Amino acid sequence: MSASTSQLDTVERAAASSDTPQPWAELGLGEDEYARIREILGRRPTSAELAMYSVMWSEHCSYKSSKVHLRRFGDLPAETPLGKQLAGIGENAGVIDIGQGWAVTFKVESHNHPSYVEPYQGAATGVGGIVRDIMAMGARPIAVMDPLRFGAIDHPDTQRVLPGIVAGVGGYGNCLGLPNIGGEVVFDPCYQGNPLVNALCVGALRHEDLHLAKATGTGNLVVLFGAKTGGDGIGGVSVLASETFDDEGVGKRPAVQVGDPFAEKVLIECCLDLYAAEVVEGIQDLGGAGLSCATSELASAGDGGMRVWLDRVPLRDATLRPEEVLMSESQERMMAVVTPDKLDEFMAIADRWDVEATVVGEVTDGTNLQIHWGDELIVDVPPRSVAHDGPVYERPLERPAYLDGLQADDGARLARPSTPEDLKATLLQLLASPNLCDKSWVTDQYDRYVRGNTALAMPDDAGVVRVDEETGLGVALSTDCNSRFAKLDPYAGAQLALAESYRNVATAGAIPLAVSDCLNFGSPEDPGVMWEFSEAVRGLYDGCLALGIPVTGGNVSFYNQTGETAIHPTPVVAVLGVMDDVARRTPSGWKAPGQMLYLLGRTASEFGGSTWADVVHGHLGGLPPAVELGLERELGEILVNASRDGLIDAAHDLSDGGLAIALAEGTMRYGAGARVWLDEVCERDEIDVFTALFSESAARAVVAVPRSEEVRFTDMCSARGFAHARIGVVDDELDGIELQGRFSVTLEELRHAHTGTLPAAFAH
Amino acid sequence: MRIGVVTFPGSLDDQDALRAVRLVGAEAVPLWHGDEDLRGVDAVILPGGFSYGDYLRCGAIARFAPVMGALVPAAQGGLPVLGICNGFQVLCESHLLPGALIRNDHRKFVCRDQVLRVENAATAWTSDYEQGQEITVVLKNGEGSYVADERTLDALEAEGRVAFRYVGQNPNGSYRDIAGITNERGNVVGLMPHPEHAVEEGYGPSVDGLGFFTSVLAQVVRA
Repeated sequence: MSASTSQLDTVERAAASSDTPQPWAELGLGEDEYARIREILGRRPTSAELAMYSVMWSEHCSYKSSKVHLRRFGDLPAETPLGKQLAGIGENAGVIDIGQGWAVTFKVESHNHPSYVEPYQGAATGVGGIVRDIMAMGARPIAVMDPLRFGAIDHPDTQRVLPGIVAGVGGYGNCLGLPNIGGEVVFDPCYQGNPLVNALCVGALRHEDLHLAKATGTGNLVVLFGAKTGGDGIGGVSVLASETFDDEGVGKRPAVQVGDPFAEKVLIECCLDLYAAEVVEGIQDLGGAGLSCATSELASAGDGGMRVWLDRVPLRDATLRPEEVLMSESQERMMAVVTPDKLDEFMAIADRWDVEATVVGEVTDGTNLQIHWGDELIVDVPPRSVAHDGPVYERPLERPAYLDGLQADDGARLARPSTPEDLKATLLQLLASPNLCDKSWVTDQYDRYVRGNTALAMPDDAGVVRVDEETGLGVALSTDCNSRFAKLDPYAGAQLALAESYRNVATAGAIPLAVSDCLNFGSPEDPGVMWEFSEAVRGLYDGCLALGIPVTGGNVSFYNQTGETAIHPTPVVAVLGVMDDVARRTPSGWKAPGQMLYLLGRTASEFGGSTWADVVHGHLGGLPPAVELGLERELGEILVNASRDGLIDAAHDLSDGGLAIALAEGTMRYGAGARVWLDEVCERDEIDVFTALFSESAARAVVAVPRSEEVRFTDMCSARGFAHARIGVVDDELDGIELQGRFSVTLEELRHAHTGTLPAAFAH
Repeated sequence: MRIGVVTFPGSLDDQDALRAVRLVGAEAVPLWHGDEDLRGVDAVILPGGFSYGDYLRCGAIARFAPVMGALVPAAQGGLPVLGICNGFQVLCESHLLPGALIRNDHRKFVCRDQVLRVENAATAWTSDYEQGQEITVVLKNGEGSYVADERTLDALEAEGRVAFRYVGQNPNGSYRDIAGITNERGNVVGLMPHPEHAVEEGYGPSVDGLGFFTSVLAQVVRA
């Protein structure tokens, strides 16, 4: 294909026309940033260079507002409880050793804004993007999870975005053949106009298969493979095209990328065959900022320069200008560095999967990334200046003035139910509330079984998948965040998210190993939001230090706000744990009659940010529950050891809605009833029954213990000095839950309340 | 005993079918869509997934894959063939089985544990079940609603060629609750639910799906 060079803004032309005005402001660059680009280059940038810098220096790609805070995570010991990390923050995704020669890599990322504009494609390509990140580490993706947050359930915008987002997550993930093993569906008015679509992927690899994104070895070839490049996802850069060039051919193109999960499935299998054949020196996925990002990051991480012949990129739309080819976020593309002697084999493997692969460049012994369009040089930049040395800001922070009032409004005067009838009605009201109701209307649209390794999925506390079929070695994952807690106190809120996720993984029987986070916040230009952000990061850092687990990667999403109103701070935390044999995982519901139910941990009257205050009184105020990470760690060890030694048959974490909800869910899971008494707990903790049922104190779980193991189990708790109380017995003859001396509720009453809400809101 | 599993581009449950074959002690043989022979296997499974993205119509492109050129005459000659989900769609598109699969009546993908009744325990893939036995396996599809004209449906019923029926709620609007059917000879069976996801304790709702694979093993050993 011959490239049109008319009107091309070349390096030569840029050097000769230093005063030509450029649309840097429209591209989102600050005046100082534009000046800095000119200083780096010693001339004005070409329009292609300007496009690259503008997108790579955007908040999304450069982390320019968050970097100074995130650096903290790098100070955490780069070790999990099982040993050294194999790759950490800064790679596409962190890689951790899980033993027996296996490693896993996982990461959670946001795709919030595209999903608001175009729910189906935004959510679908969110899944696709995170899966390619995992593939780029040399891993086979083995599962996905999707933490989703929406506005009020009855708000028209929620009605607009939720069905599309859920269908997009399912449509892409199902067709890709990855089990969806968990996530969250949360409703809160703060997300109206700002739904949060976070996506997590976990992949597995043998230690020796680890691949890193770098271009090394002069003369090695740069191969672009996968889908053709089209005009989707160009977004803001079309400003540049329309200003610099005539309008023809630019026109209206979708700003949101369009996904093709079939192409991605084939790309996964193709990549894994390429890795197995050892024909890949370096690999990088194409996501945000497309070729700009992939070429500059590969070259920046390597030891030389890179030359790219941009007009060789296969196009879906032949009218695309070079700036657009560089910026396009067309999906399902990867870039590999290949030695010349392996090229034929590389191409044969790609051909077997009908994947188009094209040599578009080579590694040079120079220092710069040079991009050609036909015979003309249109980019000549130091790659580090684009990819890694972007601007860094220390944005002003200020604790919001409203916080004192919010924390002082502790809800002590909120009317509490006291009669047995009122307690029962409160339980049913909470069970039916949007955030606690049964989510199967959503999760049944996701394939949780494909690949045949899923040992736990929704509605259990954590998703569990087998990694090694021979031994049963596998991983457990959970994502959590109660943003109401984070609104009241972002430091504690972030730690509570971490604690809950950690607890959920331990509840399944896995040893928690590592954290990935997706930090969703409002505008970093608002000092109040920036303060919330820095507090949340500080909370996570201190929390990880206390729990002895590293942050291996993650993502920041700013500007989640409508006008002046930001979303609640929403630091979604994903914890990954390992277990030697996932066949031993602990389910969240009880089955066997006669087993004793134990409540682990102490309960205090903690209703700040609670589900009860929200659902019953529409109240948000006070302080969130106290965080005691030492206790979380103790509880985690008890849950993991008890599972390993066969001392418990079921375990359920206590969080939103407290003990009452945990008991209801544990009963509904398999239908076996529970006879429960709370007098001793009330006496020990000096609380009333309402508090015992609905308080959201942290570091608690309920477990089912076979009678034969009761002594061993209580001895283990006693030896550690961990609070434990027998609160009930599983009784499969009993219909539902009998809370002795208070009320009985039948299984049908529980299920009726629990399952009706989402279908009533969305099944029409 | 060698059982082949065809991988089309976009096949997803091929590894699961291969695993199920291994678990009953048969040799699992991967077959490739672009191959024109069946590598001498004794039976073939067309697995679930989205062959070629299912972009035109489910199974419509897979039907023209080179491997199908060998498979169709072999099936007509009596080779045991099982089509699961997308594989069932491919069998219908290939006219090895009558009828078609269309979008679920509720328009959504659905994944759940599903009870089936074995209506014909005399096929190559069901002989280890009892007539009328109820089994629980995984159901997961977006286009699983079985449709055919009345005459075809009546013929299927009259000839005992309805192999499986949904018990309880019909998950996708299939006519007459039909979950799976067989050809006249009983060697070709297609169904939307996934028996290969119910073969291992702890990794699915039950191990009720094993019977498909033990049935064909017994069938081939007899033959």
